[in-house]
Amino acid sequence: MAEGVTPRVKVPKSASAGEVITIKTLISHQMESGQRKDDDGNVIPRSIINRFTCEFNGENVIDIKMEPAMSTNPYFEFDATVPEAGDFKFTWYDDDGSVYEETKSITIG
Amino acid sequence: MDFSRRETFGLGLGALALMALPVGASASTIEEMIAEFTGGADMADTGVTLTAPEIAENGNTVPIAVSAEGASSILVLATGNPTPSVGTFTFGPLAGARSASTRIRLAKTQELVAIAKLEDGTFARTSAEVKVTIGGCGG
Repeated sequence: MAEGVTPRVKVPKSASAGEVITIKTLISHQMESGQRKDDDGNVIPRSIINRFTCEFNGENVIDIKMEPAMSTNPYFEFDATVPEAGDFKFTWYDDDGSVYEETKSITIG
Repeated sequence: MDFSRRETFGLGLGALALMALPVGASASTIEEMIAEFTGGADMADTGVTLTAPEIAENGNTVPIAVSAEGASSILVLATGNPTPSVGTFTFGPLAGARSASTRIRLAKTQELVAIAKLEDGTFARTSAEVKVTIGGCGG
């Protein structure tokens, strides 16, 4: 399941140096838990995003390991410190080996 | 698709067995998962906060938030789910606060457990009871 996966990230455009900002992320994904059955009673195989990371200029902000108990379209809200201008890099790792990436720049001012 | 009476009965039995299995298995695995995370260390009762609704009408998306001052990682477990582990939040050097929120699935009314690994090497544990009106695992 790799079609129609769209990451959405909300990061402020600018911050003052050292400020703590709140980041919201959401990625559209089925997150098939491996518990459900189809109409014929066969178990639908698990297909989830199992890891999410956020980095700022190469330094780690948060690293989340996900299990099937995460809801469809996994959503995360967390805080990050902005020491300087740069790029936030968001990465989602799918069970099928796909990697979804999103980058957001932030300026100081 | 047509099933004979006998086949239908067999399918029903199989489904029942599948449903019964994970519930029976989970009690010991939760203890094992906690032990794996903490290495068997003692856990303090304070120091970690788990915010979850008292009543969740839809078990498919239950908003939760975890936070713990000075935590390096937080493990969340849903004790009543077929697979109890929910996720592990690991905070890096640029994390603004040791907190995060997300949405999770809950199969039924159950207890949520959050265990924080603090930077000084100790562990803290908390739990919250969530009443679920409609289960979210489609079992």
